[in-house]
Amino acid sequence: MSDTSLAVCPACVAMPKGETALGVARSDSLRRVELSLPTIHCAACISGVESGLGNLEEVKGARVNLTQKRVAITVEDIPGIEHRLIELLTNWGYPARELDSAVLEKTRNDQHGRDLLARLAVAGFAAMNVMLLSVSVWSGATDATRDLMHWVSAAIALPTVAFAGMPFFKNAWSALRVGRLNMDVPISLALILASGVSLLETMEGGEHAYFDAALSLTFFLLIGRYLDYRTRIAARSAAVELAALEVHRATRVLPDGSHETVPMDAVREGDLIAVAAGSRVPVDGTVVDGRSELDPSMLTGETMPEAVGEGAHVIAGMMNLTGPLVIRAEGIGEETLLTQITRLVEAAEVSKNKYTSLAEKAAKIYAPLVHILAAAAFLFWGFWSSDWRLAINIAAAVLIITCPCALGLAVPAVLTAASGRLFRNGVLLKEGVALERLAEVDTIVFDKTGTLTTGHPRLTNADQVDPDDLAIAKALAMGSAHPLSKAIVAASAGIGVATITDHSEEPGMGSRAMWNGQDVKLGRAAWVGTDDTPTQTTAWLKIGDRVIALTFEDDLRPEAAAAIRSLHGAGYQLQLLSGDAEAPVRHAADALDIPVWHAAKTPAEKVAILDALKADGHKVLMVGDGLNDAAALASAHVSMSPSTAVDASRTSADLILVSNDLREVADSLRLAKASKRRILENFSIAATYNLIAVPIALLGFATPLMAALAMSGSSIMVSLNAMRLGRQK
Amino acid sequence: MNVLVYLIPVSLGLGLLGLVAFFWTVKSNQYDDPEGHANRILSDRFDDEPDE
Repeated sequence: MSDTSLAVCPACVAMPKGETALGVARSDSLRRVELSLPTIHCAACISGVESGLGNLEEVKGARVNLTQKRVAITVEDIPGIEHRLIELLTNWGYPARELDSAVLEKTRNDQHGRDLLARLAVAGFAAMNVMLLSVSVWSGATDATRDLMHWVSAAIALPTVAFAGMPFFKNAWSALRVGRLNMDVPISLALILASGVSLLETMEGGEHAYFDAALSLTFFLLIGRYLDYRTRIAARSAAVELAALEVHRATRVLPDGSHETVPMDAVREGDLIAVAAGSRVPVDGTVVDGRSELDPSMLTGETMPEAVGEGAHVIAGMMNLTGPLVIRAEGIGEETLLTQITRLVEAAEVSKNKYTSLAEKAAKIYAPLVHILAAAAFLFWGFWSSDWRLAINIAAAVLIITCPCALGLAVPAVLTAASGRLFRNGVLLKEGVALERLAEVDTIVFDKTGTLTTGHPRLTNADQVDPDDLAIAKALAMGSAHPLSKAIVAASAGIGVATITDHSEEPGMGSRAMWNGQDVKLGRAAWVGTDDTPTQTTAWLKIGDRVIALTFEDDLRPEAAAAIRSLHGAGYQLQLLSGDAEAPVRHAADALDIPVWHAAKTPAEKVAILDALKADGHKVLMVGDGLNDAAALASAHVSMSPSTAVDASRTSADLILVSNDLREVADSLRLAKASKRRILENFSIAATYNLIAVPIALLGFATPLMAALAMSGSSIMVSLNAMRLGRQK
Repeated sequence: MNVLVYLIPVSLGLGLLGLVAFFWTVKSNQYDDPEGHANRILSDRFDDEPDE
């Protein structure tokens, strides 16, 4: 919370009053409703929402979570209650959106995170206490006192290592069982060997025990694991929240003509579904009643609306623009466009080469080397001195000293810092390795509709149309929800409105009226009676016998030009890949100065183009939002989607632009490169420290004190180096 | 040195107390809404049912 945001909070001061009932039929059973409140930020907001909702008779309890900016409401189970609550909250000054409780439920029970946290806490507690005991040994305790300290340490350390080290043992075992080595194998070996050797030493009354080293090793490594896990879970819950914002419901028409709202999976083939103007078609089907225009841009990238009437086939995901429709659901589980695209996405994901992350590469070099070194030290000292107790002690020291404490922190610490900074910039990183892949990108491919453009049309030839004619068009367009009508009204802001009478709207066709005794119409070509076939989105204005064309173009995002320029400047190759017709694509490419463009591509062709680029050795970043981009997003080296994208695309994309600001593309690329540099720096810090410490351990000069100092020192250095990333401007 | 017989268990006991306290805070969802808790103390309404 900041002071500036306090000052602009409109609703914080006034406590909502008045409403005590929602004016709906009551019910006995209770239900839990969760709403997202993106604007709440202060103490007054919390009490405002909670007491306002608490005053309602239907509401049994309301609890705000300020961190997640949500409110959980226990309310009587009344149909449509969510909409009443949202309306009420919005009136109070807190715009609310419904969240799908079923989707959120999946992330609520975070069993794994709590388990890891418990192990981390136990390891931390044990490490501190044993370190305390070890300090007295290092500062000169001898004989019986030293033995006592060692025994107490052993009593704490052995059960702790067994409990807290379990994640490492499990991973190591599952790798060994299939005959592979991973980072957890040397870790487990070091933990077991260090504890075992120290126990033997303690029994013999020996001088060196590595209990503290084994525990601090466990503690530091668990910190790395926990950070890693937190990064993933934070990104996942944010992604889940995005998904939960889209509540999947359909309005079913019952035989008696009444409507009911049902979840998507309750829809059966043959059901009649009502689609209101302004909402999306929920399932594939055939229109049985009504006429309208559908906007297919999310599906195909085409910006020209499509007229539909009775008997027309409609596809799930299209936006219904003008009139209400009733459709008969069909093709559920059959060959729908969605299943075709899903198949393409799956195929792309399978064919995608498995990326080897930097951590995996490091582990591949590191794990065998450590084992060979430790074994060599053991055999050499054993045969040379014939003192096998000394030999196993040295081997344990080598394993402890080389143990990948710093390596274990090197990657997660950087990824945590980087994803935190990305999140503050409005970019959601779904998976850590995507950041490493992003750092390798040399070519960026953009989708046009909805990605580079806003998806809202703009009237382009306003200055060529007589202002008097435009005034008539404005009068006809006013009050209509059609995007072209809205564009006409927006473009004619400085022009008066002509006086028209008998204004009526014909769904799917246009609107008509009388003006000065003449018939005026605004709408589709066939309806106004012209047979022109335009190359771009056009609406026709007919005044008497005159026909005037009004052309539209999908408006570029305001920041698109600046974003593209900065990417050009950074030396990336740029391409435009769209499903839209040639003319608008060429126009957008020219306006943005993108040299290579492809128009009218199907989803499969998009994948083919990306595959060709891949075959040429390019690492491609794909930025897209439509359903037709989903497969291309999955097949690219790394991919981004704006948060306005369809579900399938957001699922395929590695990064999501929550802020919907294209300039973040360049910033994310820069941050990805910085992160990769930082990871490599961390590896070299860890390696340098090993280069110094390993010879000392091999020669048998290592003491538990040295191991403890070196381990903590390198881990802290690596974490500090990673944290620089979070602050960098 | 005999004092160690008392002091070691005492120090371990105090540490353990901290560990138990930490587990309790995790179990009672005290990390679910840190920002909300920080702001709720500014409100004069009593927060009787922090669990939900």
